[in-house]
Amino acid sequence: MLAQFLQFTMSGLTVGAVYAVVGLGFTIIYNASGVLNFAQGEFVMIGGMVTVFAVAAGVPLPLAILLAIAVAAIVGIGLHRLAIEPARDASPVVLIIITIGGALVLRGIAQLVFDKQLHKLPGFSGDTPVNFLGASILPQALWVLGGTAIMVALVSLFFAKTMIGKAVLATAANRLAAQLVGVNTSVILAISFALSAAIGAIAGILVTPITFTHYEVGTMLALKGFAALVLGGLGNPMGAILGGLLLGLCEQLSAGYISSTYKDAFAFIVMIGVLLVRPSGLLGSKLAERV
Amino acid sequence: MTPRSILKLAALALMAGTTLGAAKAQDIKIGAVLSVTGPASFLGDPEEKTLKMYVEEINAKGGIKGRKIQLITYDDGGDANKARTFATRLVEEDKVVAMVGGTTTGTTMSMGPVFEDAQLPFISLAGAVVIVEPQKKWVFKTPHTDRMACEKIFEDMKKRNLTKIGMISGTDGFGKSMRDECVKVNARFGIEILAEETYGPRDTDMTPQLTNLKGKSGMQAVINPGFGQGPAIVTRNFRQLGLTVPLYQSHGVASKQFIDLAGDAANGVRLPAAALLVADKLPASDPQKPVAQAYAKKFQDATKQPVSTFGGHAYDGLMILVGAIERGGADPKVIRDEIEKTKGFMGTAGIFNMTATDHMGLDLSAFKMLEIKNGDWALAE
Repeated sequence: MLAQFLQFTMSGLTVGAVYAVVGLGFTIIYNASGVLNFAQGEFVMIGGMVTVFAVAAGVPLPLAILLAIAVAAIVGIGLHRLAIEPARDASPVVLIIITIGGALVLRGIAQLVFDKQLHKLPGFSGDTPVNFLGASILPQALWVLGGTAIMVALVSLFFAKTMIGKAVLATAANRLAAQLVGVNTSVILAISFALSAAIGAIAGILVTPITFTHYEVGTMLALKGFAALVLGGLGNPMGAILGGLLLGLCEQLSAGYISSTYKDAFAFIVMIGVLLVRPSGLLGSKLAERV
Repeated sequence: MTPRSILKLAALALMAGTTLGAAKAQDIKIGAVLSVTGPASFLGDPEEKTLKMYVEEINAKGGIKGRKIQLITYDDGGDANKARTFATRLVEEDKVVAMVGGTTTGTTMSMGPVFEDAQLPFISLAGAVVIVEPQKKWVFKTPHTDRMACEKIFEDMKKRNLTKIGMISGTDGFGKSMRDECVKVNARFGIEILAEETYGPRDTDMTPQLTNLKGKSGMQAVINPGFGQGPAIVTRNFRQLGLTVPLYQSHGVASKQFIDLAGDAANGVRLPAAALLVADKLPASDPQKPVAQAYAKKFQDATKQPVSTFGGHAYDGLMILVGAIERGGADPKVIRDEIEKTKGFMGTAGIFNMTATDHMGLDLSAFKMLEIKNGDWALAE
């Protein structure tokens, strides 16, 4: 019984960690600019795909990972400069639609630059499962969970302790006021896009050995990440993490205990239930002031 | 003549030229709506490459009785609605005489009525049995059906005395359809399905479902109808959980990509597939060997990609169509009748014997039971 429960839980946490990181990426950009960036899933795809192709070209794995993160960050900045910034006075809805367009463009480019096949990476610490109280767990799942935890900690530190992090928060709170006290808001927005893209890419790299990658993986992840965001509370980084993990757990636990056919339905029922009781999400502020 | 009227004249001449060019009455127009991009791109992409490659070859050799083939392809991205729009365009604007295409069961089923109404022959490249059953006058197909895959797998299980099995299937069109067919025929082979699980086409972790199957006592084998990434993940999770019973996959994963993705976990997996995958390992006496070998070589040389059975289905479809046009000419009605009369055609999927009641023309002997050994295909029998 315990072994079974552990197996389901680990599976749920691993699946949920990716949703959580995508949700976190949404939150960072949303907090800085008020834009919901639906190209968030594409950063995950870029992370995985660039690493796969760099490794295939003979680049050592650690270098390939750095390269992938750098490429994603540059794409993130490019998305901001070329698509969001020129339209910054447009309404949020228009900006959201622009990001959806950006996602389509990135997907199209990935299809041309890479290919349309599924790809995998070898597990960082091998593919032999570890036995933990009767549940068999892939070492890569521990990488995913550990990596997610470290990223969350670093992002929190970044916002709480660094000058740039505080400048991002200031820009989010009031762009004009931030400008008046000398914050270069344009640079700050570019940084938040780069940061969001980088953590998306890291998530993509960490999960590729388990889930494979493909030029279209971003579509589904953006939706699930957004669901995580809504469940946890829009605008709260911890809410996105909590929402993501919960969504993953709901899916996998209901697949294990109730019915694999209706697992997505159960996950959505839980979501609707939470939103009925707490319309602003689990950790959301009472009033959705930004909407 | 003023400069303006000269311009007008030139424009007129140009227009006349283009209309004449477009008419090219000599060309035989064949349409192909394929899922070259999207989730079924690994099927549609080799199909498109195969069709283009062979149409080029036929035209280089002078076409069909001196008439060149003009191939008109559209990419539906795996979307059944788009497929239907393109099918209508093929019929109404491009005025094709026949169509080879329809990568997935979903796109095929949405396009079928368009060709039925227009009375044009349509050779589908998709798997499910529903395409030809109930039979439609103008619709044919070249791949083996999912029911045959179930039968072939159950036959093999029976031979190995595996009678109590578990099933985990994808909820995509292919997985669902094959699951339904398996559930219809299992009793005939004396096989009992103890437990059933499903997963979504984009799911990335199937350990909960497999843990439940593992917990069933007396389970002797597991069958996994599905295609795309799902079966590769199922196979890896299967080994991760330490399941040791035989695992059967379907012909939906009959490509090298499956072995690459599943890695070591793929070893020992059995699946029914066309002989094409093991062309070089077939005994020299096998009549399918030369056809399969020739196609595999041509495809691999031209695309630098490993051969898959999916491109082979496109080859079979095109050649059946070309054969029909060679025998009877390019009138859609005659083409249809001639396709129905296809006898003993040796394709990459097996020997086709179409009849008025069988619009696929393959039997179980066309399937080989393969086992993955050391990361490569091997004949299991």
